[in-house]
Amino acid sequence: MAETGPLKLAGTDDFVVFDGVQKSYDGITLVVKDLNLSVPKGEFLTMLGPSGSGKTTCLMMLAGFETATSGEIRLKGRNINTVPPHKRGIGMVFQNYALFPHMSVAENLAFPLEVRKIGKSEREAKVQRALDMVQMGEFGGRRPAQLSGGQQQRIALARALVFEPELVLMDEPLGALDKQLREQMQFEITRIAHDLGITVVYVTHDQTEALTMSDRVAVFNDGRIQQLASPSDLYEHPANSFVAQFIGENNRLMGTVTRIDGGTCIVRLDSGDEIDAKPINVSKVGDRTQISIRPERVETNKDRFRQGAHTLQAEVLEFIYMGDIFRTRLRVAGHDDFVIKTRNAPDQIRHQPGTRIEVGWLPEDCRALDAPQGT
Amino acid sequence: MTDHTASAAALSADGMPLKRSLNRALRRQKLRAFVLIAPLLVFVLFTFLAPIGDMLFRSVENQIVSETLPRTVKALADWDPASDAPPGEAAFRALGHDLVIAVERKTHTRLGSRLNYEASGMSSLLRSTGRDVEDIGEDVSAALGALDPAWTEAATWVDLLADPAWIAEQAAWSASGNRSGEPAFRLSDTASSALPDTAEIYGSFARITQQENDRSPTRQDPWHLVAITLVEEITATPSAAQAFQGDHALRLAAIAQADLPATDFVAAFGASNDRWATPTPWAVIAMYSAPYTPGYFLNAVDLGKTPDGIAPRPVEEQVYILLFLRTMWLSLTITGLCLLLGYPVAWLLANLPSRQANLLMILVLLPFWTSLLVRTSAWKVLLQRQGVINDVLVWIGLISDDGRLVMINNQLGTIIAMTHILLPFMILPLYSVMKTIPGTYMRAAKSLGANDWSAFWRVYFPQSVPGIAAGSILVFILAIGYYITPELMGGARGVFISNRIAYHIGTSLNWGLAAALGTILLLVVLVLYWVYDRFVGVKNVKFG
Repeated sequence: MAETGPLKLAGTDDFVVFDGVQKSYDGITLVVKDLNLSVPKGEFLTMLGPSGSGKTTCLMMLAGFETATSGEIRLKGRNINTVPPHKRGIGMVFQNYALFPHMSVAENLAFPLEVRKIGKSEREAKVQRALDMVQMGEFGGRRPAQLSGGQQQRIALARALVFEPELVLMDEPLGALDKQLREQMQFEITRIAHDLGITVVYVTHDQTEALTMSDRVAVFNDGRIQQLASPSDLYEHPANSFVAQFIGENNRLMGTVTRIDGGTCIVRLDSGDEIDAKPINVSKVGDRTQISIRPERVETNKDRFRQGAHTLQAEVLEFIYMGDIFRTRLRVAGHDDFVIKTRNAPDQIRHQPGTRIEVGWLPEDCRALDAPQGT
Repeated sequence: MTDHTASAAALSADGMPLKRSLNRALRRQKLRAFVLIAPLLVFVLFTFLAPIGDMLFRSVENQIVSETLPRTVKALADWDPASDAPPGEAAFRALGHDLVIAVERKTHTRLGSRLNYEASGMSSLLRSTGRDVEDIGEDVSAALGALDPAWTEAATWVDLLADPAWIAEQAAWSASGNRSGEPAFRLSDTASSALPDTAEIYGSFARITQQENDRSPTRQDPWHLVAITLVEEITATPSAAQAFQGDHALRLAAIAQADLPATDFVAAFGASNDRWATPTPWAVIAMYSAPYTPGYFLNAVDLGKTPDGIAPRPVEEQVYILLFLRTMWLSLTITGLCLLLGYPVAWLLANLPSRQANLLMILVLLPFWTSLLVRTSAWKVLLQRQGVINDVLVWIGLISDDGRLVMINNQLGTIIAMTHILLPFMILPLYSVMKTIPGTYMRAAKSLGANDWSAFWRVYFPQSVPGIAAGSILVFILAIGYYITPELMGGARGVFISNRIAYHIGTSLNWGLAAALGTILLLVVLVLYWVYDRFVGVKNVKFG
């Protein structure tokens, strides 16, 4: 496990801290294995991972609906392991919104204020402000069932924010929306979060969502954080083959390290070709490695190859016109699923299936990562 | 190709209007649907709706009085039941006529039972007078016999009053030696017009003799009543004798001249039972003479008709209002207990992992697999004075041997057993509604700052209300009509109105009152349903 993100020292400004947290439901297997994570105040942190990776469990432990089997969760420096959910003061947006169907929108929003014994006039003002914030000012009298999915989502957000929590948790809040609405809400949620200066822990399995919304992303797999980094680091400098594969589109080539020399290494692919790569988590000659290259970093224009760089022969198998980009599938070094993406520019060549071309890349875009087990 | 859509009325491909085509196409489906429900419909109609309709009709039907005592009812029409004196002689005479016929038909006892529901003593009064009424006019018959021995011959009466054609037919039948199938008696036109009253009474006598007693009027001495009527009629209009010929004319003229004394029906009834000299029995007959009566309904709410109008029954006879209230109250208590006990179980059922939930569900449904009678009897074994619970309590020293708890043959017994029996009817609707409430609502409420109680009360509970509504209405309606369990467990103080209905159907045979009680019960349930709809909303009821 590696962290390439900015390391934070444990200190008073660590707003949320997971310290050696483990979780097991059945006493046999660990769903969350030794989680250490600290979130500074005001950060938008996303927990990203496939289903069953432990991200939702972490969120539920933070919310108080699950108890950590061992380890400590701290909020503002205070251990909250034994604090019941309703005393944690954490706002939460649920996957299916969980708007109370028997209450109107305004009553839903007033609920957290009522249980906090806030006076009627102040309550109404806050509810209206929260509704205005999500541009739903006119909908206070409606029932949740009379709202569209996107509107319900806004109300759920407003309800989680109306009592002014410093920390808001969101559990795949946009999962049920269609693509366009989802993109709009992604923007809106980040805007509101930054405007209010709240700390957000956001769970999703949608990498685009994670990349576009977050300050930092924690990629979960198998109960562990695989990488905790900013979206750009995560995409451009994946720390291991899981992250490389999980985030964005990725071309994989399997091979063995034949030479390693500081910032670069030479990898002999299984097809026998040799290429330059940047060693990330290979350490010695003879290591099995998975080469990871982003499709948009593959160059087919010979003029742009760097002097002395290794190039590979490729056969065009398929050309897909996607409007803004072209997507070309190639056979490279024995792999049929090598994809390149090129911008739809007037001078761009449209490769016809069957033609043979040469592909190359900058060594720093070609990362030698750990080989997944069994390869 | 023709353009169908362009034509004014849409036509189908074969040129028929589209609507007709559609109807024809759907007719088969409708017919099939109807055929599928037809057996149940017929079954329900004949075994359920029709009997219920008949039962409801019985609650107001009262034709027995006017059918049994037609003349009396007519004679009492002008008499005021509120008066202090009995009616005039005409009413006594009419009752005398009606009773003679009723006694012959043996309907006076049924009438007595009917009137006894309204005023006790009517049954015995009618029975005793029924025994005496046939003897009224014995002296007249004797006097007639003394005047002319021919009057003691059945044949004289037949010859005087019967249609000659019938006499001939009867003679032919008699000669044929047949034992059955005697020709039905017919009055002669002469007698009917000259002596209408006598002819009518004799006609009744002849019919009853033939039909009820299976005898021939030619061999039976007529009732004394016939003799009384003849004497009175011929005395009043001696000229009637001239309508007849020969011996008959002479005999009738002799009666007219003999100036036989008129029969005093008032005295005769007074001699039979001095209550006839009071207005009470007459008032009862007069008040219940209409073919339809609210009497059963009044009775069912502890009211009764008096000559002065509708008034409460004597305190010691008031039972039904108390029973209705008790039924209502106990049913509400049982519904409340079922809700109290069932709600947590339903919640567990809806929230446990499916394995445990299935096991629990089997336990909930287990009572359904046991006969109601067995379950009730089991409670009897548990609760009685020498029962298991008392034994255990005595054994562990909590109560002394003579301080054994009385848990049966009272309301407590009914409540305990019925709560147990009706509990699944509460749990199942609750469960099926709770099953649809996702756990995230409670979590959301807690995350918003609500503690466990207010999360439950403000978020979970309101959403379970449709289940509560469904379960409560189901249990309450089942409870309000429950019969077996209160009968076995309730003793005298724990019985329901349905037990009283059963008593009137099976034991006292006062079906009219049973029907009225049943109708009121039905109406009460409908009213409660309406109230319930106003306050809870029937559309809020969800069975799943």
